[in-house]
Amino acid sequence: MSSQEHAASAHVHRDDIGSKMGMWLFLFTELILFGGMFFMYAVYRFLHQSDFHVAAKSMNVLIGTTNTAILLTSSLTIALSITAIQNRKKMLSLILQGITVMFGLVFLINKYFEWSAEIHHGNYPGSPELISQSPGHILFFGLYYVMTGLHGLHVIIGMVVIMFMMRFTIKDIITPDNYVKLEAAGLYWHLVDIIWIFLFPLFYLIT
Amino acid sequence: MASNAPADNQSSQPSYLDYKGKHKGIFAWILSTDHKRIGILYMVALLSWFLVGMTLGGLIRLELLTPGETIVGPQTYNAFFTLHGVIMLFIFVIPGIPAVFGNFFLPIMIGAEDVAFPRLNLLSWYLYILGGILIIVAIFLPGGAPDTGWTFYIPYSVRTGTNMIITLTAVFILGFSSILTGLNFITTIQRMRAPGMGWFKMPLFSWGLYATGWIQVIVTPIIGITLLLVIIERVFGVGLFDPTLGGDPILFQHLFWIYSHPAVYIMAVPAMGVISEIIPTFSQRTIFGYKFIAFSSLAIAVFGSLVWAHHMFAAGMSDAGEFIFSFLTFLVAIPSAIKVFNWTATLYKGSIQLDPPMLYALAFIFLFTIGGLTGMIQGALSIDIHLTDTYFIVGHIHYVVFGTAGFGIFAALHYWLPKMIGKMYNLLHAKIAFWIIFVGFNILYFPFFIMGWLGMPRRSYDYLPEYQIYHVISTVGSWIMIAGILYMFINLLRSVFVGERITTRNLWGGETLEWSVPTPPPLENFEVLPDVVDGPYEYKNNDIESEEVK
Repeated sequence: MSSQEHAASAHVHRDDIGSKMGMWLFLFTELILFGGMFFMYAVYRFLHQSDFHVAAKSMNVLIGTTNTAILLTSSLTIALSITAIQNRKKMLSLILQGITVMFGLVFLINKYFEWSAEIHHGNYPGSPELISQSPGHILFFGLYYVMTGLHGLHVIIGMVVIMFMMRFTIKDIITPDNYVKLEAAGLYWHLVDIIWIFLFPLFYLIT
Repeated sequence: MASNAPADNQSSQPSYLDYKGKHKGIFAWILSTDHKRIGILYMVALLSWFLVGMTLGGLIRLELLTPGETIVGPQTYNAFFTLHGVIMLFIFVIPGIPAVFGNFFLPIMIGAEDVAFPRLNLLSWYLYILGGILIIVAIFLPGGAPDTGWTFYIPYSVRTGTNMIITLTAVFILGFSSILTGLNFITTIQRMRAPGMGWFKMPLFSWGLYATGWIQVIVTPIIGITLLLVIIERVFGVGLFDPTLGGDPILFQHLFWIYSHPAVYIMAVPAMGVISEIIPTFSQRTIFGYKFIAFSSLAIAVFGSLVWAHHMFAAGMSDAGEFIFSFLTFLVAIPSAIKVFNWTATLYKGSIQLDPPMLYALAFIFLFTIGGLTGMIQGALSIDIHLTDTYFIVGHIHYVVFGTAGFGIFAALHYWLPKMIGKMYNLLHAKIAFWIIFVGFNILYFPFFIMGWLGMPRRSYDYLPEYQIYHVISTVGSWIMIAGILYMFINLLRSVFVGERITTRNLWGGETLEWSVPTPPPLENFEVLPDVVDGPYEYKNNDIESEEVK
C-alpha cells in the first residue's frame, strides 16, 4: 500500500432538513427527560395535595413572573436574529444573539436571588427546618430545586451554545445561505423557554 | 459457497482499511468519523466487555456450585451479579447490534455514504468508552463495587455505602451514547436512502434499526432522568424517592421499568433484523411476509413501551392496573409470533444452507420461542405471584436476552465479519463451536426454569440443599458454554490475522446492497451510488421460484 494520503472525500454532505430533524429528535429526548420529572410532580401532587398547596405559597411570584417575561422576550430576540441573518443583516443578528445571552444571564441572576432567599428561610435539602416539615413539603422543595436547577443548567448550556453561534457568525461560518446551526441553537433556546412556561405555573401560580 | 456471487472484487477505490487519511496509526481509528471504522471500534470494545461480563457470570455459577461459601463471600457475590448485569445489559447488549453492525452496515444497506451525523457518531463511541471506564473506576475505588443489582432499586441504592454515584453516572452516560446512536439512525434512514429505495425496498435489518432508534429516543431519557435523580438524592439529600423523606420507591420502579422494559426490545429488535437478513440468504428464498415483519418491528416497539409494570405485579398496584398490563403483555406475543412464523415460512421449500450464520439464526428462533413462551407464563397474573423473584425469571431473561441479542450478535459476527475485514474464518470450527455453545446454553439455563418453579429465589447467595442438583447441572453447563464461546472467538480472531483472503463481493449469495460492494468496502462504500429497482430479497437464480412460475 502507498504510504501517502489518499485524496479527501469527494464532496461534503449537507442536508439542512436532516440536521433540523436530528435537532428535533434531540429536543424530543429533552422533553421526555423533563417529562419524567413532570410525571413525578403529578404523582406527588396527587398524593400530597394540601402540602403542595401550602408549600407553594412561599414562592416569590414577582421574581417568577419577571423571569417568565425575560425568557419569553429572549425567545423573541433569538427568533429575530435568525430573520436578521436571512435578510443579510449580520451585525443586527449578532446584536440580537448577544441580547439573548444577556437575558439568559439576567434570568440566572434572578434565580440566584430567589434560591438564596429560600435557603435563607431554611428551605434547602437536608436542612433541619425542612426535614421537620410534612413529606409533601419536603417533596415540593426537592422537586423545586431539582427541576428549576436542571432548567437553570439548560439555560447555561443554551447561553454557551448561542455564544458559539456568535463566534460562528463573526467567522462567517453562519451565513445568509447556511444558517442551520443558528436555527438549531434557536430551537434549543425555545425548548428552554417552553419548559419554563410549564414550570412557572406548577411552582408559582397553583397555590 | 454462493452461486450467484460475482467473482469480480476489483475496486477503483482503496478499501476503508487501506485508506490513508490525515491521521496515522491508532489516531486513524479513534479520530475517524467513517461509520465502518466506528463500527469496528465498537466491536472491539463491546466484545472485550462481553468477555468481562462472561467471566463474572462464570464466577457467579462457580460460587453457586455448593450451598454457602464456595469461592467468595456474600458481599463479593452481590458485586458479581450487579456488575454482570450492568456490563451485559448496558455495555454489551443494549449498544450491541446497532452500534457494531448498524454502524457498519446500515449506510451500506440503504445506499448511503455514511450516517447522517458522522461526528456525533464518533462522540457516541467516546461516551460509550467513558461510561465503561467509570464502571471500572467504581469497582476499584474505596467503598467497593456496587451491590444493588442492575435494577438500582430504592431505597437500597440511596443507602448502600458502595460506589453508586459513579456507577449511576456511568449508566447515565451510556444512555446518552445510546440516544445519539438512535437519533443518528432515524435521521439516516429518513434522509439518506439511495434513489429508488422506498420504505418497502429497505432491508429488514434497517427496519429493525429504525424501530429500535425510536425506542432509544423515546424511553432512554426516562432512565437518564431517573438515575440522575437518584444521584442528586444521594449527593444533596434532596427528597425525591427515599421514603424517609416522603418519596415513593414504587414510583422509582415505574420510572425504571418504563425504560428498562423497552430496553429489552432495544436488544431484541435489531437481532430480529439480523435474523430476517440471514434466513432469506441461506434459504435463497424471498422473505415471507416482508411488510408483516417490518410492521411487527414497529408494533413490538409500540406495545413493548406499554407493558413495563408487568415487572411489578408483586410490588403493589391496583387490580385494574395489573389486569391492563397483563393484557398488554400478552399482546406483545402477536407481533413476536408473526416474526417467528414468517421466518419459518421463509424456510419452506428453500434451498437451506446450514452455514454458521444460519445455525445461529435457527438457534435464535428456538431460544426466542422458549424465552417468549416463558414470558407469557409470567405475564399471567396468578402465576407471576408465584414466580416473582425466582430463578424462573432469571432463566427467562437469559433465554430472551442472551438467546436473542447474544445469539443475534454471534449470528451477525459469522454473517458479516468476513465482509468487514475481508478474511474468512474456518467454517468447520465455527460449526463445532456453535454446537458446543448451543448445548452448553441449554444445560446452563434450562435448570433455572425448574428450580425457579420449585421456589429458588434469584440473587440468593445461599440455598437449601435440595436445589443443589440443579445448580450443579447449571454450573457444568456454564463451563461447556464458556469453552464454546472461547472456541468461537479464537476461530474468529484467527481469521482476522491469518484468515484466507476473500476474493468475492457476494460471500453468501445475499441480495442486499452490502454484497454488491467490494470486500472490504471502500471508504465511501459505493463507486457509484446505486439506483435501487428490486426489493431486497429477490433471488433470481432460485430454481424453486422458477418452477413455481412455470
